[in-house]
Amino acid sequence: MSSALQIVWVYPDLLSTYGDRGNMLILAHRARMRGIPVDTVEVRSDQALPYGDIYLIGGGEDGPQALAAQRLAADRGLHRAVDRRAVVFAVCAGYQLLGTSFFAKGAKCDGLGLVDLHSDRGPTRAVGELAGDIDPALGLPMLTGFENHGGRTHLGPGVKPLAKVRAGIGNDGATEGVWSGTVIGTYSHGPALSRNPALADLLLRWATGEESLAAPDDTWPTRLRGERLGAAGLV
Amino acid sequence: MTENKLPLRASLAASVSRTAAALSRATGRGDGSVIGGRLGMMIDPDLLAHLAAGRRIALVSGTNGKTTTTRFTAAAVGVLGEVATNSFGANMPTGHTSALARAGATPYAVLEVDEHYLAQVLRATTPLVVALLNLSRDQLDRAKEVAMMAQLWRVALADHPDVHVVANADDPMVVYAAAAHAAAGAGRVTWFSAGQRWREDAHVCPACGAHIERDEADEDAWRCATGDLVRPEPQWTVDESGVIDPDGVRHEVKLQLPGKVNVGNAATALAVAHRFGVSPADAAPRLAEVASVAGRYAQVDRDGRNIRLLLAKNPASWLEAFDMAEEQPTLLSINARDPDGFDTSWLFDVDFAPLRGRQVLITGDRAYDLAVRLEVNDVPFTHVKSFDEAVAAVPPGRLEVIANYTAFQDIRAELDRVV
Repeated sequence: MSSALQIVWVYPDLLSTYGDRGNMLILAHRARMRGIPVDTVEVRSDQALPYGDIYLIGGGEDGPQALAAQRLAADRGLHRAVDRRAVVFAVCAGYQLLGTSFFAKGAKCDGLGLVDLHSDRGPTRAVGELAGDIDPALGLPMLTGFENHGGRTHLGPGVKPLAKVRAGIGNDGATEGVWSGTVIGTYSHGPALSRNPALADLLLRWATGEESLAAPDDTWPTRLRGERLGAAGLV
Repeated sequence: MTENKLPLRASLAASVSRTAAALSRATGRGDGSVIGGRLGMMIDPDLLAHLAAGRRIALVSGTNGKTTTTRFTAAAVGVLGEVATNSFGANMPTGHTSALARAGATPYAVLEVDEHYLAQVLRATTPLVVALLNLSRDQLDRAKEVAMMAQLWRVALADHPDVHVVANADDPMVVYAAAAHAAAGAGRVTWFSAGQRWREDAHVCPACGAHIERDEADEDAWRCATGDLVRPEPQWTVDESGVIDPDGVRHEVKLQLPGKVNVGNAATALAVAHRFGVSPADAAPRLAEVASVAGRYAQVDRDGRNIRLLLAKNPASWLEAFDMAEEQPTLLSINARDPDGFDTSWLFDVDFAPLRGRQVLITGDRAYDLAVRLEVNDVPFTHVKSFDEAVAAVPPGRLEVIANYTAFQDIRAELDRVV
């Protein structure tokens, strides 16, 4: 274990279809801006998951999603991480496989069962701007992202949605994503943390235990947020 | 087939197609390469097949490089006689129909084909040769996933045992698409190697899901961990400025177009033309005459600046653009309109670090996405609101412009639709 913050990107060989590298780069960048030393680790699907402070899981195609779920189930490293309350941020296909089941290539697949949710196929593909009001308990401004998925996600009673949908589909047209302990899942690409710097900082605060982080110059992310929320008809 | 031998309906359809295209150009609405074909196909749904009949045809498909490779191939096959080609990048069946109708009767045709339409165009045109360049992520919100695209190509080729395939040995996705065709009979596939910079879409074997292993010693070598897909031995290879043919003879290609990727495109064109009976020695000088391709690589002088246009549509082509661009002031322009795809997440798949140390300007509909990306990448930049503002912001001399599809077209329009 090192004293630097360990950011682990899970299986970029399988789940890195939607600019998912960006979430890792943004977290590392925002940590360094605050003088927090960071190590980023990319873990291939034939390697064991190492110890980490933040685990990132990205989006991908059906075949790789099913394969990633099988390998993570066998590895158990993500289960141990959730048990010790490490931070997990999962997007799209990576989000779905945290639940008990999901659909890939027309078949129901076992998920990791880390979060009380399951996913199935929706009547339409959800493609376009996605926005929503984030759970007030998290104290974050509106979520903005771009979604592209055919799934619908159903949350169990023990977990909360990340946001209430204001534009787009998200989980089911009403809620978007999940929040449970230090695990967050979302359908937002963009990548998500490029448009939601406050969400990136929340993950960093959870991982470091810092109550607050110095406010950086967020001129460009702020302009981007304004433009995209405007495009979704919300400004 | 000469035009006067076309069935009556096809002949009428071809004539309407040409007229509509001419009207489109005359009224300044476009270059006519889509509307003409669309109208012609309404009158004769089999117009493309009718227009293709009797011509010896090559198709060129892939995610990147197809417009340039089509231009090179048309130039190379042109050694033999007149070649019909869709040189404006209109690469769906309406564009092919327009191109063939417009050209009239020609013995040869070289057609750029959108990768999603390869099966359909194979059926309609019964080509002699099809060139498969590469497959990588492009237009994330709409395009077929990469492995699925490779599978569609594989199925399409199975229906055409007689077509000769010229395929990229460096791209595991392309090799998977052509492997069954190659295995079904000796000499059905010619393999070329041009090096491949972008590898992020080929970590996993499309045949079995095992990892693709790379070789530390030989940077082009690859094989699936289970051994069921292995890089074939290429017959055509390249060095910095030359193409080496299957007999081991090196042909210097003095291209005006920049970058090693274009030496690879030249090799592909020479390999295709070779199947038509053109010797590489005869074809190579023709490639050197190509100065720009539908505005790509075009150089325009304005206000003391020499502006060069580079098109980069997806992560793989951005890497190639950075290889081509000189270390000079650079304007980046990003849109996310329909032809570009609406999801800009891919900007984070591109490492912009090669631009550090240059004066970087950004513009386009989605300049803010690019701004956030560059900030995280530690690349300083200035945002400008227009192309004119960018030109004014740089000193006299070269300005490299790298833009994605519609952003490129916008800038091309500013420069009087330079070709």
